[in-house]
Amino acid sequence: MFIYLLKRVLSVLPVLFLVSVFVFLMLRLTPGDPAAIIAGDNATPETLAAIRDAMGLNEPLLTQYASWITGILGGDFGNSLISGVPVLDLVAQRVGPSISLALMTIIIAIFVAIPMGVIAAWRHRSWIDYLVMSFSVLGFSVPVFLVGYVLLLIFSVQLGWLPPQGFKPIADGLGPFLERAILPALTLASIYIALIARMTRAAMLDVLNEDYIRTARAKGVGEQRLLFVHALKNAAVPIVTIVGAGFALLISGVVVTETIFNIPGIGRLTVDAVLARDYPVIQALILLTATLYVLINLAIDMSYSLFDPRIRY
Amino acid sequence: MAIDRSAADKPFLLRLLSGISPRSTGLGPFIAAFMLLAVIGLTVFSPWIATHDPLAMDPLMRLKPPSEAHLLGTDGYGRDLFSRMILGGRISLMIGVCAAVVALGLGILIGLLAGYFRAADAVIMRAMDALMAMPSILIAIALVALNGPSIGSVVMAITIPEIPRVVRLVRSVVLTVREEPYVEAATALGSSTAKILFRHLLPNTMAPMIVQGTYIIASAILTEALLSFLGAGISTEIPTWGNIMAEGRQFFRITPGIILWPGLLLTICVLSINLIGDAARDGLDPRMKKREA
Repeated sequence: MFIYLLKRVLSVLPVLFLVSVFVFLMLRLTPGDPAAIIAGDNATPETLAAIRDAMGLNEPLLTQYASWITGILGGDFGNSLISGVPVLDLVAQRVGPSISLALMTIIIAIFVAIPMGVIAAWRHRSWIDYLVMSFSVLGFSVPVFLVGYVLLLIFSVQLGWLPPQGFKPIADGLGPFLERAILPALTLASIYIALIARMTRAAMLDVLNEDYIRTARAKGVGEQRLLFVHALKNAAVPIVTIVGAGFALLISGVVVTETIFNIPGIGRLTVDAVLARDYPVIQALILLTATLYVLINLAIDMSYSLFDPRIRY
Repeated sequence: MAIDRSAADKPFLLRLLSGISPRSTGLGPFIAAFMLLAVIGLTVFSPWIATHDPLAMDPLMRLKPPSEAHLLGTDGYGRDLFSRMILGGRISLMIGVCAAVVALGLGILIGLLAGYFRAADAVIMRAMDALMAMPSILIAIALVALNGPSIGSVVMAITIPEIPRVVRLVRSVVLTVREEPYVEAATALGSSTAKILFRHLLPNTMAPMIVQGTYIIASAILTEALLSFLGAGISTEIPTWGNIMAEGRQFFRITPGIILWPGLLLTICVLSINLIGDAARDGLDPRMKKREA
């Protein structure tokens, strides 16, 4: 088992290496010129050349990559081209709101979507099932920002129940935090709920046909216990997998939601960096989120044996 | 359940059509097809349906509510929202179809190579894993920001993150099919590698590719809207659903219609494409039906 886990952990390395190559090449082989951004609009060709020289942009690609990746492995992601602040500091300042938003979204999504999927599978082909399925297809078809604006329109413009935009950290009190975070979290959760509910339903439909479910029913296990303990436990592996895979959706959702609701998090940082062509920030963000995604899915892979003792490594 | 050989022997297009009948799928896919045709009709024939020039500004008619002259009202420059919306849909749909064609073309080619040549397999698949690990929206906005807001660069930005999924699918089909006796026979008879790849292996991937293609069109339309919305899409002079909605952001409190109407049409369009894709998948995959029954 230890050998397997070690192999699995090591298998992450080539993927991360290729991610870093992609990120590096993407920003070097495209027409934009980082030196031109630093130099500003009125730069003479001489200053441009000097900056390019100082940044090492005239070195061969391989040398550039080597010095770039050594820096990153040592925790140095470079400085923002716009503000001059180290990229890692920028990310650290912005990460709080995004993490609290993401956690709240995951909690909402799991607590709404799993019961939805379980009930849909339990009452297969009933109106509840069709309702859940319709919701989940709809969730994939609506742009995230449209959900956000409709929620804003209803709860903050029309009803006036919630403040429209902005963000307050939990440190300022749970009330003000929830007041501002609930709409963005619901917006972000909509597509995640669609994804998890759909997978839960499919996994439960498979499990509910198994013999041991019939046995459990025959020996008089209550329906609730049957569904949420006996069946759900055995349907857990695909559900947990989709929660991990959905992390990618969560990231793109965070970018959009933070823009709509004016939340100063990683998503806004990304959009601002892209619009300003702040290369080191873009590189760092793609690299960090990809690493996070790979690690989360690694952890999920390794957690399978917790949910299903038959899975042994 | 006995295996229906006759169904399996039919060409995939016939299989696709015979799989979808109101008896087996319900009315859903037919309603979806009708809605999609309506949206396509409205957008493709937009130059003849539009009530106004979608680019003509009228400073006196800014942000007007719906009226007889302007079916859905006007935007921040006094342009007719309805005319812009249906013309914008034309470009959004075109981007979706282009992205699907390019993603399928490249994905099928790479997938065939990965599935057939063991040596290429490991390298290609690790690269695809890496591509899948990067959040697609981040790659897309970065690519558009770097390559400029042209239609071509937006199509490319939407396409690249879609390729790994196509590659995986094609590879998995090729891996199962390449061990079939007929492929061995073709090899023994001295068929060229190209002929084996394109004549014998390629047709097997067509059915799942049609399904995948519909999903890519749907997700490409959504991504285009998202990119424009974030300010990293096609140049704002060209009306697309995303651009129209992005411009509506600042007037959201006064005239929410600028976001809501194109959003509604986009949702109807993407929803019906997704429903048709689901129906095609169920129709093509007999295992899905067994599970449902």
